[in-house]
Amino acid sequence: MTTRERARVQLSGAVVRFAGDSGDGMQLTGDRFTTQSALAGNDLATLPDFPAEIRAPAGTLAGVSSFQLHFSDSDIHTPGDAPDVLVAMNPAALSKHLSSLKPGGTLIVNQDAFTERNLQKAGYEASPLEDGSLEDYQVHLVPLTDLTIRALEPWIEAGELNKKEAERSKNMFALGLISFMFSRSVEETESWLRTKFAQRPEVADANVAALRAGVNYGETTEAFTYTYEVAAASLPAGRYRNITGNQALAYGLIAAGKQAGLDLFMGSYPITPASDILHELARQKHFGVATFQAEDEIAAMGSVIGAAFGGALAVTASSGPGIALKAEAMGLAMSVELPMIVVNVQRGGPSTGLPTKTEQSDLLQMLYGRNGEAPVAVVAASSPADCFDTALEAARIALTYRTPVVLLSDGYLANSAEPWRLPDVSKLPDLHVDYAPAPDADDDGEFLPYARDEDTLARPWAIPGTPGLQHRVGGLEKADGTGNISYDPDNHHRMTELRHARIQRIAQDLPPVGVDDPDGDADVLVIGWGSTAGPIRAACQQLRERGRKVARAHLRHLSPLPADLGELLRSYRTVVCPENNTGQLSLLLRATTLVDVKGYNRVTGQPFSGGELVEAVEQLAFGGGNGQSARDADVTGA
Amino acid sequence: MTGNNDLTKKDFTSDQEVRWCPGCGDYAILATMQGLLPELGAKPESTVFISGIGCSSRFPYYMDTYGVHSIHGRAPTLASGLAITRPDLDVWVITGDGDGLSIGGNHLVHALRRNINLNIILFNNEIYGLTKGQYSPTSPMGAVHKSTPLGSIDQPVNPVSLALGAEATFVARSIDTERAHLKEVLTAAYEHRGASFVEIYQNCNVFNDGAFVALKDPKQKVHNQIRLQQDQPITFGPEGEHAVVARGDGSMKVVSTEDAGDRVVVHDAHKDDATTAFALSRLAHNPTGPAPIGIFRDVDHPVYDDLLREQIDGARSKRGDGQLQELLEGGSTWEVV
Repeated sequence: MTTRERARVQLSGAVVRFAGDSGDGMQLTGDRFTTQSALAGNDLATLPDFPAEIRAPAGTLAGVSSFQLHFSDSDIHTPGDAPDVLVAMNPAALSKHLSSLKPGGTLIVNQDAFTERNLQKAGYEASPLEDGSLEDYQVHLVPLTDLTIRALEPWIEAGELNKKEAERSKNMFALGLISFMFSRSVEETESWLRTKFAQRPEVADANVAALRAGVNYGETTEAFTYTYEVAAASLPAGRYRNITGNQALAYGLIAAGKQAGLDLFMGSYPITPASDILHELARQKHFGVATFQAEDEIAAMGSVIGAAFGGALAVTASSGPGIALKAEAMGLAMSVELPMIVVNVQRGGPSTGLPTKTEQSDLLQMLYGRNGEAPVAVVAASSPADCFDTALEAARIALTYRTPVVLLSDGYLANSAEPWRLPDVSKLPDLHVDYAPAPDADDDGEFLPYARDEDTLARPWAIPGTPGLQHRVGGLEKADGTGNISYDPDNHHRMTELRHARIQRIAQDLPPVGVDDPDGDADVLVIGWGSTAGPIRAACQQLRERGRKVARAHLRHLSPLPADLGELLRSYRTVVCPENNTGQLSLLLRATTLVDVKGYNRVTGQPFSGGELVEAVEQLAFGGGNGQSARDADVTGA
Repeated sequence: MTGNNDLTKKDFTSDQEVRWCPGCGDYAILATMQGLLPELGAKPESTVFISGIGCSSRFPYYMDTYGVHSIHGRAPTLASGLAITRPDLDVWVITGDGDGLSIGGNHLVHALRRNINLNIILFNNEIYGLTKGQYSPTSPMGAVHKSTPLGSIDQPVNPVSLALGAEATFVARSIDTERAHLKEVLTAAYEHRGASFVEIYQNCNVFNDGAFVALKDPKQKVHNQIRLQQDQPITFGPEGEHAVVARGDGSMKVVSTEDAGDRVVVHDAHKDDATTAFALSRLAHNPTGPAPIGIFRDVDHPVYDDLLREQIDGARSKRGDGQLQELLEGGSTWEVV
């Protein structure tokens, strides 16, 4: 049977999950398939999921790494709930992921990895390939390892690769096979391999050979009766690329530096899942970006304050445990009223928690986690591409109001990818600010480092090197105006209020909260922040398809909250707030609006699925749902 | 580098009332610094003092320069961020034995090893003064203070040894009241490109009076100050009757100059290998007897901020000035029409 004779089925979308050992290259495989799907014009969302250990013991459940891709011919918002296709490279991957595969879904198994030893490590008493436990699925047993080694025999015989090295290319074989199944061109991956292994052309050749062998295997085996095609999505016109949250965030920071006409300084300490921001910026030195890998989180924060004092656009990026260490220095940053950005790519907590998993549990830490009354601005990104815009917004607030701004992302946004319509850089916001000018020679007035702009309450940014503006700032309480040390009781109260008022002033240039309510008659509002935007949007669409009247709002600004928020919340019968924490935004909304917000709260280290939110909103807002369980809900293509 | 402007001490003195205890050694250091900077040709607007927390860390408030009174132990981190981004500035760090060696020990080590262009001045009074008299990382074993009523059981650290161990390229020691010596050392620190570390023995007359009496008392100091001078044999005493010689294992000891003969160590702070400088630093731990003062080490090594700028300039000349649109379009893109 050739491809032409094979039935080609049109799908609106599909969810594919690659799962294998940490050393099997699943992230890379998923990444390549994502790029291939993007180039085919699909809308997509991805969910990488990997263990914190770099190489957990091979073959164990703890060592399983997976990558899920949802691609579609229409607008999608989540990486999908249950996969349609699961690639399991070993017994542990099968054991861990089989239960999430859709009934009747396609299962591709690397048969060679099902040795007695591997079965034992995965906790199987009998081989699932033989005991009938897979009969609900369309199973393809493929001797992936053996086929890969055979495809690479010429390189092994020539002594250019040993068997072990050859075996490593089995992920490319799997990619070739899946590419065949979904009628995807592998051309881009071939050229990517040749660039990546430019120094070792024999390795590039071998990987390309394994990739093509995978495609050919699909074509020549009769096992694959159908191939599938997912047409290009009708996205708004423009030039697109795929982007992860961390990459978009780094680009947003570079753009902010450019738009402000300031040198970008990044002082950071490596921490999962934030390190990629430092890596990306370190590669972009030709933008004048100075990156400084500090000796610890505190030093990173200190260096940022120093650079901000000197007039740079200063940024640090970390995750919860690192942010906890920065807290005292963030208090100083707030107190000296200098512009800077603190990125928190949240991960599962508390303490070391779940380093590679996602969570939204640092909201209150960012709002309140400092000694004394130490208000700062807080913004949150809602999708990987939105990290770019949120970085620009963080810079705007920091520079305009001379305040540290916390930018919240999370592990899910950081590592997952989506297509991004590239902005026209000539239309990015102008972020220029003026440093305080040197006084005229005949000006003998005293310089007041804590004089305030009437509109923004920002103090002057008087940078060293400016004659006549010498001044001292510090963590001790300052006298209003002069900034001199002051223990005056009334002054302390006034300064405390001024620091709050300055943050509240930020709300004056925020647009009204955007509400997504197509029919305009909803009496239930689903409100969220951060990376839950996709699942909430998907859930609301499904609810509307069922006839439920739901509106949706998503907050980018968490400190200060938008001025019209209270009024908005009070205009709905029920407000539901799903969060990957135990109710932090709910707490804040209840306290600030007195609306009895109903939380849907789960912390599993994984993003919500659209299906579970449909069920949650049914129960919380419509009194118990319609009998359809979350698992039954099909969000493919939603 | 002598004064080429018309500035005076007054131009470096702020209008803030100095609030150290009467008789504190900090006054002498402040006066020396305020008098020295105009002589060096420094400009108030291009000078920044950054401190942590502690008595010494109030220093920036009294200088009419730019300044940051930061948080406990972290002054080197702020100074690093500033010096890296602003090579045009003279950045000074003012710290103490508690601030710089206890809570901020980590940052001190890393600022020194990176050789960032900073002058780090550590006021060592062997006590916590601002918190009213607890022992510090430089207090001697057995020191009886508020938190050590039965005597300290902590082995103290030797700041000069620590700095040398941290790969510092300029390491010196002076004494609060030895104005001429202090000026000489601070001048050399100022002129050194890279991180300079200066330990100043400073008397806390309230909580630890007399800690350095062996080196400060006019009658005792002539017997105990071992003044290190470049290219000079290391001898001391009223008649130069004591000398420093090296043992076979490289460690140093004090012998009579007569016995030393031609074995007297000739001081060379510019020697790249820090072994001899380290051995000299071990001559005295807590300075109750003869102790070396002066410049232990002064060598030229690549400076972090210069290297970083070289990388940035190199990237720019190789790749051109960064273009945003190009950056965003990097990787695979596709057109939707």
